[in-house]
Amino acid sequence: MQTEKRTSYDKLSRKIVLTVIAVSIAPLILVGGLIFDQFRSIYRAKVYAHLAEVVDKHKDNVNNFLHEKQGEIQFLNRAFTYDQLSEPQFLERTLKSMQQQYGRIFVDLGIIDKSGRQVAYAGPFDLLGADYSNADWYLNSRNKVSGISDVFMGLRQSPHFIIAINSDDGEREWTLRATIDFLAFTHLVENIRIGKTGYAYILNKNGIFQTRPPANRDSNLMLTPYETISSPNLNESVTIQLSEGSDNEKYITVSSVLKDGDWKLVYQQNANDAFSAMIRSEFFTLVIFLTGGLGIIVMVVYLSRKLIIRLRTIDEESEMMNRQMVETGKLASIGELAAGIAHEINNPVAIMIEEAGWVSDLLEDEGRSMACYPEIFRALEQVRTQGGRCKNITHKLLSFARQTDSRIAEVSLPALIEEVVEISMQQARYARVELSLDLDRNMPLVKASISELQQVFLNLVNNAIQAMESTGGKLMISCYAGDEMAHISIADTGPGIPEAYLSRIFDPFFTTKPVGKGSGLGLSICYGLIHRMDGDIEVESGVGMGARFNIRLPLPETGSGQEQTKED
Amino acid sequence: MIDATILFVDDEQAFVDAMSKRLERRNMTVHKSFDGDTALRLLSENPGIEVVILDVKMPVKDGLVVLREIKRDYPKVEVIMLTGHATVESAIEGMQNGAFDYLMKPCSIDDLIEKIRAAVKLFHDHEEEEVKARIDDITHRIA
Repeated sequence: MQTEKRTSYDKLSRKIVLTVIAVSIAPLILVGGLIFDQFRSIYRAKVYAHLAEVVDKHKDNVNNFLHEKQGEIQFLNRAFTYDQLSEPQFLERTLKSMQQQYGRIFVDLGIIDKSGRQVAYAGPFDLLGADYSNADWYLNSRNKVSGISDVFMGLRQSPHFIIAINSDDGEREWTLRATIDFLAFTHLVENIRIGKTGYAYILNKNGIFQTRPPANRDSNLMLTPYETISSPNLNESVTIQLSEGSDNEKYITVSSVLKDGDWKLVYQQNANDAFSAMIRSEFFTLVIFLTGGLGIIVMVVYLSRKLIIRLRTIDEESEMMNRQMVETGKLASIGELAAGIAHEINNPVAIMIEEAGWVSDLLEDEGRSMACYPEIFRALEQVRTQGGRCKNITHKLLSFARQTDSRIAEVSLPALIEEVVEISMQQARYARVELSLDLDRNMPLVKASISELQQVFLNLVNNAIQAMESTGGKLMISCYAGDEMAHISIADTGPGIPEAYLSRIFDPFFTTKPVGKGSGLGLSICYGLIHRMDGDIEVESGVGMGARFNIRLPLPETGSGQEQTKED
Repeated sequence: MIDATILFVDDEQAFVDAMSKRLERRNMTVHKSFDGDTALRLLSENPGIEVVILDVKMPVKDGLVVLREIKRDYPKVEVIMLTGHATVESAIEGMQNGAFDYLMKPCSIDDLIEKIRAAVKLFHDHEEEEVKARIDDITHRIA
């Protein structure tokens, strides 16, 4: 029964917790997830847009650079004749002035004749007479007006690339070539640095680096779709791809075409790095979400526990009330039964007394001469006396049980106390309890239910007598009016109440009597009744000091003719 | 000692018997009745009845109803209510309706005789008053 109840409470508690958590956290998750998703895609779009813009700008920069350089060499070719250009001093001077004008971007200049031999050279290397007839860049630029080569090591064993301009003045065909400083070119793209891992490089069609790979770049790093770094569409300025690298990290690759599709500018960045701000804020959001969720759960569990505890006490209280009601009903029906029995016994007793009286009447006239007359007369007297006792008992029982109602009447406390004491007199005598009454007979009447007050006093008096049963003692009852209250005290010289019990003796079902002896309801009912009358009851006691119950009841206000109604 | 004519009404037959025997021994004429209707009949048959001792709680016709009828038809007759304790209130109500007094069962014979004596005296006082009133009336008329 008890465990069954407990599990039902647990079930209820679990239900509350689950419902509240579902109701409160589900919207949180939905809204959070939606915002999270939106934030993610917006932030991603923003990062991509930024990267695309940067790459696009640099693509333009690189393209412009190449065009400029190409244009400058073209200018040389147009402005000067083959003869002028193939003269070493002139070429040397031209290179010097170009370097003064544009910085040390142009490393050297050379004129190559139709057969691929360098016929004039100006620059730091000794390349006069070098044969380029088999060089890739030379062959590639043969059929075009101008060409820009891929970066290669070439004869000088250092990376560089060449701008070649083909000319034909009708008599001769020649090629003007200029070497562009690799480092200067590389700087153009190396400057694109975003975050910790973002870097840019240029690849040619075969995927060979045209710029120096960054120092911190792991040369072994392979992006899974490395080969498919999609050749950017010529129409689109940039292409963005997300791919996974061999180190299991995600990389963003932004690529763009350069040099009319020959090269591509590639920008790569670790996705975690690119989205670091987003990831950070996501992390904080998650932490807040988790703490909030945890808070909700803890709070819900705590509240449901509290609720269940409250519910349990309410249940217990109502159960106790029910039991009390049953007890009270039982008491009432016992009272009614007693009254009925007393009433029924009255008549036979009356008849017996009268018959005995009749016999003694007869005896008086006719039996005086009988030898046993005095004995018969004594016996009849005894019958009458004992019948009289029966009568007294039934009358007291009736007067006690008669009014089991809680109608408010004007009660004289001293008279009521005397009545109660009389009922308990017999018991007191057996327990060798001496009674001492100190009642103020002139005190005002109290408005209360007679039977309820009787019950209270009888209970307290019986308790006191029972407490002193083994040793005997003195029962002192006093009653007086003061402070607009009626004060009644019932004190005994019994063993007293241990301090530990004092706070509990008015609790329902608290009893120190052996099982089956006391219900533990007496004092709690007294407490309830007295409080319903707007009075109060307290106890003073200690081990060996006896016990004293003090009751205070309100006296009706003097002069007010208004009936006080006290419904429960 | 005293002479009185009494009607004893109670549904407890043994009680009535015992009581009437004892009262008769004390020079009283006792008519017995065990219910209200017989009591009223006896009253009409015996005009000499001075006092009615009437139980409150009776089957069929309640003592209070019988009292009212007696007081209506025989206003001079005194009624002593006899009651078990539980019906004290109704006995008192009976007194408000003109009963002479009430007694609680079981009652001592001495108390009862005392009350009967007082009731008979009152009955005779009333009768005397009535006679006196009639004489006065007659003398008035003569005068």
